[in-house]
Amino acid sequence: MSVKKFVVGCFDDEKVLFPAIKNVRRAGYKIHDVYTPFPVHGLDHALGIRETSLHAAGFIFGITGTATALGFMGWIFTSDWPMDIGGKPHFPLPAFIPITFETTVLFASVGMVLTFCYLCQMMPGVKKHHFHLRATDDLFVMVIECTEKANETEVTSFLQNNGAIEINVQEAETGWWFGRYDKQQKLYRHEEVGY
Amino acid sequence: MNNHFVIPGGFKKWSVGLMIVGALSLVIGIFALHPGAGSHGDNVNSTRFWAVLLQNSTYWLLLVNTSMFFICITTLAMGGWQVAFRRVTEAISSLVPILGLLTLIVILCIVLGNRTDIYPWLDKHHVETDKILKGKAGFLNPTFYTIASILTIGLWVFIGRKMRQMSIESDERGAMDYETGKGWIKKNITWGSFFIVVFGLTVGSTTPWLWLMSIDPHWFSTMYSWYTFASTFVSGISLIVLFVIYLKNRGELEYVTDEHLHDLGKFMFAFSIFWTYLWFSQYMLIWYSNQPEETIYFIQRIGTAEHAGPYKGIFFFNLIINFVAPILILMKKATKRNYTIMTFMAVLIIFGHWVDFYQMVMPGTVKGNPHMSWYEFGIPLGFVGLIMWGVGRYLSKHPLTPKNHPFLKESIIHHT
Repeated sequence: MSVKKFVVGCFDDEKVLFPAIKNVRRAGYKIHDVYTPFPVHGLDHALGIRETSLHAAGFIFGITGTATALGFMGWIFTSDWPMDIGGKPHFPLPAFIPITFETTVLFASVGMVLTFCYLCQMMPGVKKHHFHLRATDDLFVMVIECTEKANETEVTSFLQNNGAIEINVQEAETGWWFGRYDKQQKLYRHEEVGY
Repeated sequence: MNNHFVIPGGFKKWSVGLMIVGALSLVIGIFALHPGAGSHGDNVNSTRFWAVLLQNSTYWLLLVNTSMFFICITTLAMGGWQVAFRRVTEAISSLVPILGLLTLIVILCIVLGNRTDIYPWLDKHHVETDKILKGKAGFLNPTFYTIASILTIGLWVFIGRKMRQMSIESDERGAMDYETGKGWIKKNITWGSFFIVVFGLTVGSTTPWLWLMSIDPHWFSTMYSWYTFASTFVSGISLIVLFVIYLKNRGELEYVTDEHLHDLGKFMFAFSIFWTYLWFSQYMLIWYSNQPEETIYFIQRIGTAEHAGPYKGIFFFNLIINFVAPILILMKKATKRNYTIMTFMAVLIIFGHWVDFYQMVMPGTVKGNPHMSWYEFGIPLGFVGLIMWGVGRYLSKHPLTPKNHPFLKESIIHHT
């Protein structure tokens, strides 16, 4: 858990926001996050955020569910408590498929929701710092982390030049009790296709 | 890059070559397999001749007709993303008249030629003594079959032509303003919904019953039509993917991006799962209730625990390439955007569902004597050549991008 210093720049237009993001990344500043009132297509691309491994996690959760269901039912009906049901074999695979499917979906969905909460640092009871309340209404809020290479006056004037309508400096708590999953930001490449 | 597709020499050579292979197989088949003999199942080769023709003509016809279904369903859903490659789907659906005619010739030859080895319900004396067939005689009789088939194919051709015509007319009319665009979309929706209703009443229900399920007239499955639909839909999407990738590799279709391919890949993935869902639902219910009149269908294919059936290998091979391969390979985002893997998967899925049709038709017709040789592979190659030729012909005649389509912008900026 650490308190860091951020420069918060507010934009009122997507058309200004996207070039600004490009310039900020090109200048090498670290964007903490961009808060928008609605999902903006292509923003993750523009930010150069590495894709999360949520899909891979989902697959692993699903496979775990499949293995659990098949293994458990198989163990019960072949060795623990074999029963003759309608003259079917003791390991009737087709009859197990629906339950296996349900368990797969259950494991994958619950696991993915929890993983998603972890990746976004959300959980019931967690208080998140709001950088700007109008991010839920009509402003696009870009938050840049201050490091030793990026001091606040420099970043502030940089954002001003890039069309931010409101800029302020805030100190905020970034971590939570599970530790922080840092969103990795790719370095800006010149051949990158913008949206 | 211009907006017109010029058929490359290699494409032309391949399409004509494959058509010649198909025609040769047909001609050799006529002489070697004696299609006129043995309508009572005593000559396996004769049955085989018609069974292969039935399998291929219905499969490839339903496959190309899927493109028109895709156009209409996206039109009804007010979808814009597919407009960038809409001409490709139109080109594929322009094959429906030709393949429809071929299918009509094949099935009418079978029905009017009284091929009881293909359709047992054609045997009038047998129907008289068979209680089940007698009960179904109102539906399964040559007159109804003929009229329903002609009507079905005729309606597909008619509405499909209308849909393509509207699209081509939009090229000549110049840019549309808001009101004309609205009127044009409304007209599209009217015809599109008409097609969907017809499609539901044909591919969604009666057509597979008549053409394929009546091969085993004692047996029935309420899943059958949906199963056939899912099978042809996923392979139809694969066909669209193949042509889109081909054109993309030649530098055409400038507005089609990885995003469009990704969405087509999602369709391939989702409908492979949907097909498996129907496959399994049909299989499990019959396996579970274990009633002889229903299990006979699977015993003909897989056999029993003591005697493996002649189609056991194909039956499970079918499940592996149509379910296991797509779910494992197409699951990742990166593979749905990779041209090579998508091409491979599209070919695999088209082949897989062709095998699926093979195991739907053959066990009821040639029964214990399955063949997989020159004739079985020659005929489908001919159909592939025909489809390539027809698609190339349509694409070279019309602009590749419907530049006046009101939703074109939406397609260009499409983003998954």
